[in-house]
Amino acid sequence: MLEIRWHSRAGQGAVTGAKGLADVVSTTGKHVQAFAFYGSAKRGAAMTAYNRVDDKVIMNHEKFMAPDYVLVIDPALVYVADFTAFEKPDTVYIITTHLTTEELIASQPKLEGKKVHTVDCIKISQETIGKAIPNTPMLGALMKVSGMYEMDFFKENMIRVLKKLPQKIIDANMIAIQRAYDEVK
Amino acid sequence: MADTMELRDIEVWDGNMAAAQALRQVQVDVVAAYPITPSTPIVEGYATYKANGYVDGEFVMVESEHAAMSGCIGASAAGGRVATATSSPGFALMVETLYSASGMRLPIILNVVNRAIGAPLNVNGDHSDMYMGRDSGWIQLDAYNPQHAYDLNFIAFKVAEDHDVRLPAMVHQDGFMTSHTAQGVHTLTDEAAYGFVGEFQPMNDMLDLDHPVTHGVQTEEDWHFEHKARQQHALMTAVIPKIEAAFAEFEKLSGRKYNLVETHQMEDAEMVVICMGTSVETAMEVVDELRAQGIKAGVVGIRVFRPWPLEQLAEVLKNVKAIGTLDRSSPHGTVGMLYNEIAGTLFNCDTKAVLNNYIYGLGGRDLTKAHVVGIFNDLKANVDAGKLTTPLQQYIGLRGPKLSFF
Repeated sequence: MLEIRWHSRAGQGAVTGAKGLADVVSTTGKHVQAFAFYGSAKRGAAMTAYNRVDDKVIMNHEKFMAPDYVLVIDPALVYVADFTAFEKPDTVYIITTHLTTEELIASQPKLEGKKVHTVDCIKISQETIGKAIPNTPMLGALMKVSGMYEMDFFKENMIRVLKKLPQKIIDANMIAIQRAYDEVK
Repeated sequence: MADTMELRDIEVWDGNMAAAQALRQVQVDVVAAYPITPSTPIVEGYATYKANGYVDGEFVMVESEHAAMSGCIGASAAGGRVATATSSPGFALMVETLYSASGMRLPIILNVVNRAIGAPLNVNGDHSDMYMGRDSGWIQLDAYNPQHAYDLNFIAFKVAEDHDVRLPAMVHQDGFMTSHTAQGVHTLTDEAAYGFVGEFQPMNDMLDLDHPVTHGVQTEEDWHFEHKARQQHALMTAVIPKIEAAFAEFEKLSGRKYNLVETHQMEDAEMVVICMGTSVETAMEVVDELRAQGIKAGVVGIRVFRPWPLEQLAEVLKNVKAIGTLDRSSPHGTVGMLYNEIAGTLFNCDTKAVLNNYIYGLGGRDLTKAHVVGIFNDLKANVDAGKLTTPLQQYIGLRGPKLSFF
């Protein structure tokens, strides 16, 4: 069982990201689950979304999770959200920030000694998609860090997941995914 | 003619999407709706499919849930295939009309995405609304995941519209835990799904102008009782065999087997939890882990809540020694509903298991695997002692001092 927790603000697309990832993973024959804590669902409110991936049918519906990966797609949440909750010794963190990994750890000591990767998904999405929607670039970074799938396979499936969007938005998302894949440290 | 939609064999859908797709595939004629969280995407989905030409039907936006169900009643009496969806306070506002629908024997399908009832205001999942509907004369089916929410809609239409039944049916799923949780759903083709449910066969339809009928008349003491007796007779005698037949036919079509009462590891179980919704599956996973430690644990899930499968439950529980009943609804003033129903079920048979009650998960509070393990620890103590070692009713997952009664 692989478990992933997203930290996001409502409106940044963590739910879409989690469901998109589940969709891609499902095509490889694995079983998936994607869900979120919505709370009062105010735009901008801190929220969490979740993925489970397993080789067998996922029966567990508890919200409690000790994640293998923590994906933070809003740069401020590492200072205000309990993003290390129920971490394991080998939990991997991928965090959106304009800081270098060293600067980030210096600013947030909870990350000392952890497996930390950084990528600026906000900047990437602003420069490619034209809006601060950091969900798809985070998936590009996750593909690089986890080695889960080849980039061509992943992008091909994401095109299908995003198929209802205008072509130029899909194209921009593909560039964003590739940039995050290349730029994550 | 509506366009067909190409679906992959497995789609990653949440429970709402699964229900909306089922409503499209059976080509519902009329959806009258007043959308409410967390059920909103079901009627939104139907409206989108209609707007895009995937369904020939009418979507009627109304001013309240009372009006939504009233619109469904009118459309159903007129002679159409009719469905809608709601949750919690919307369900509460429908209650008067729910009784009208069942009393008029109209086969409307209502997707109830279970949600807590305020105050305090809460949009998350518990079973308070489902429990509120249990005397309303509707058939009530319960899904534990998005696949079930999809499949049980087909069962509901097939059974409800059968001329030997002609009763409305609810398909329940847990708010957010199923409705907003995406999982793999094995799909049916549009042709197979529609073929399973079949073309709608009207009965006493008001639009059949050659055979004028009236619906919803006044009867008072001269005929009201006989009318209600016939309604109860249909619900108690016709429905269970039709559901069993529909389950059998659906298994042939899809390979997926449903039962009135779902069981897991019950062949030699000494201790069992009985619950509904997503909790059934979480409990199944816990039971598998306990079995690996040699603990004879089992799970019983209620699939058909109304009509209550009394005989089937008495059969599956006949050899157990301790039962924990888990209610995701505050019983306010007594023990939980499942405690009472199971006590009533067991009282006239030979099973004399130790029975207790847990109230859990109100307003979407998480039921963790650790909670379920704790319940089985209680049940094991009850098996070993041969009597109740805990209070009769306990609250689990509650912050603050332990709360228990009786």
